[in-house]
Amino acid sequence: MKTDIHSTSRLRRDPLVRGLGWASALLGVPQVVAPAGFARALGVGDAFRHRSATTAVGVRELAAATGLLGRPHPAWLWGRVGGDLMDLTMLTRALKHHNGRGLGRTVAATAAVTAITATDVYAAVTRTRRSAMELTAATTVSRPPDEVYALWKDLERLPDFMAHLEEVRVTGPRTSHWRASAPFGKTVEWDAETTQEVTDRLITWRSVDGADIDNSGEVRFEPAPGGRGTEIRVTLRYDLPGGALGQAAARYFGEEPHQQLDDDLRRFKQIAETGEVVRSEGAPGGKRARGEFPQHPARPLTEGELKEALA
Amino acid sequence: MKANCWTGRNSVEVQDVPEPSILNSRDAIVRITSTAICGSDLHLLDGYVPTMEKGDIMGHEFMGEVVEVGSGISDGKPRVGDRVVVPFPIACGACASCHAELYSCCENTNPNAGISEKFFGHPTAGIYGYSHLTGGFAGGQAEYARVVFADVNALKIESDLTDEQVLFLSDILPTGYMGAEMCDIQEGEVVAVWGAGPVGQFAMDSARVLGAEKVIAIDKETYRLEMAAAQGYTTINFEDTDVRSALLELTGGRGPDKCIDAVGMEATHGASHVHLYDRAKQAVRSETDRPHALRQAIMSCRSGGVVSVIGVYGGMIDKFPAGAWMNRSLTLRTGQCHVQKYMKPLLGLIEQGKIDPTRVITHRLPLTEAPTGYDLFKNKKDRCEKVVLKP
Repeated sequence: MKTDIHSTSRLRRDPLVRGLGWASALLGVPQVVAPAGFARALGVGDAFRHRSATTAVGVRELAAATGLLGRPHPAWLWGRVGGDLMDLTMLTRALKHHNGRGLGRTVAATAAVTAITATDVYAAVTRTRRSAMELTAATTVSRPPDEVYALWKDLERLPDFMAHLEEVRVTGPRTSHWRASAPFGKTVEWDAETTQEVTDRLITWRSVDGADIDNSGEVRFEPAPGGRGTEIRVTLRYDLPGGALGQAAARYFGEEPHQQLDDDLRRFKQIAETGEVVRSEGAPGGKRARGEFPQHPARPLTEGELKEALA
Repeated sequence: MKANCWTGRNSVEVQDVPEPSILNSRDAIVRITSTAICGSDLHLLDGYVPTMEKGDIMGHEFMGEVVEVGSGISDGKPRVGDRVVVPFPIACGACASCHAELYSCCENTNPNAGISEKFFGHPTAGIYGYSHLTGGFAGGQAEYARVVFADVNALKIESDLTDEQVLFLSDILPTGYMGAEMCDIQEGEVVAVWGAGPVGQFAMDSARVLGAEKVIAIDKETYRLEMAAAQGYTTINFEDTDVRSALLELTGGRGPDKCIDAVGMEATHGASHVHLYDRAKQAVRSETDRPHALRQAIMSCRSGGVVSVIGVYGGMIDKFPAGAWMNRSLTLRTGQCHVQKYMKPLLGLIEQGKIDPTRVITHRLPLTEAPTGYDLFKNKKDRCEKVVLKP
């Protein structure tokens, strides 16, 4: 699985990210060079602890500046958010224990940091919110490419072997409507269009505007060497909400996307080669096998269990 | 119906369970007339195979009468009323492995293939009553069983051979035979077999059928060695004899031409400190299998010989003598038996009287006494060699 959070090059050209980088630099330099003067300018006095706190904040700002301008990554934006919260804490303390001299300047500084915090949170969230996830898997099916291609092209059969798909409805010559289960018991739907079809070789598709989750995919069919049937390679791309954090959370709750695609392809192979998805007493739900762990014991099902499994 | 179920480590119990039903279109339901306890069932009993669940029906050696077939079974293969023996690995008959007659490596019959892939690198076939790692299929120590892809996985018995003559076509006879076949035995060769349990006995019989001049049985159970000796095989008791020296003595210093490991992962060793070493490593999970027989076979085999492994291994072993294997040009061959490939030819050998599978049966019990059967077999009580259960 390849997870790609906004690439470095894109962030490098991002005016907001660059602006925040320069802001860090402009703030960090005087803090490090003249901490006493800076502290006085804030109206918090130039006692040793105020000077050293200012120097530390300056070093932090310079680090953030180097990161954001040199190797931009959303982590630096989140770093700035963390820094802002530290600053707000310190300023709040300063306000509480203020001796009155330059109180106006401290209030202004607090207001400014609050505004900067809002900007940083906005930048961090928007720059990490969407992450593309790309999954690939491959299998070989001992049937000829035309047959395997035709089976996949019958989109309404995809839910037979793809664990997460609940329904695919063909709505036009190149369009279809998809419904899938998502982590945390949610359902997502989207309209998709077939973007390329090369008979016996390739099918590609992508969701159209307005999808719950933007996604696209392709499946390639190639004759396997030695007359061994057809090699199938599938690539799926999802634009996931919640970024890497969302994916980590999903995995924690037992959703391992790469493994799922592997299992999906295995079941496609079962259908292509034997005509159906194999069921055992332990995994009577067919495509739900992996979700059934701990499984039903390997013993026949009661009538009620049977009804549920075959539903 | 009654079925013998795994209820935890070292515990099986006959329970009342629902009768099986068709889950896939090419299934058949069989009323079981004879079933057996296999040495590999003991690995499950002992808790050495992961993914067992309480209530799993045990058993992968069974035969019976077809009472129902799914809608996908055509041309009367099999037909209701047929008397069939069921091979333990479930094959689809359509994947590349099945086409290559590597039925136990079938690519389609294990619904939990993703898990077996994690253990073994690539998935393996479904097996009846043999943990969820091999699919979670209900086993055959029961009154009825579902046979999957019945058109590929049921050998019809048309002659009037008794159950006991054909039951072992389901596993141990083909397994022993494959062990000998993998040795590529040439005329005049000496074959040593580690383990004189039922599979070992059939490996010896098969080695002789395939042309071995001398067959040597290695075990520590006197009664099992006596059973081999009664067939004219030479015996070595590893409890009171150094196996390698004895083999050199018996082969004029050459070592056996071909060696068969019919023991597998729960071997014991004549020298107790060696046994304890591996037992301890196993207990702390730094190895999962105790490979004494395999090590000894590799060290004993003559240069350029074949070591054929049919004893079951499940995970990792330690102290594998790679130097001996490599420097002395040994060939290591192995596999869970591809039973479907051997059933018909072996049925022929039984019909011709060249192999008598009934010779290993020592106990016949009703299914309801399965736990007693496990106790006899596991603890080698009452000279137990093979237990057949009658539902």
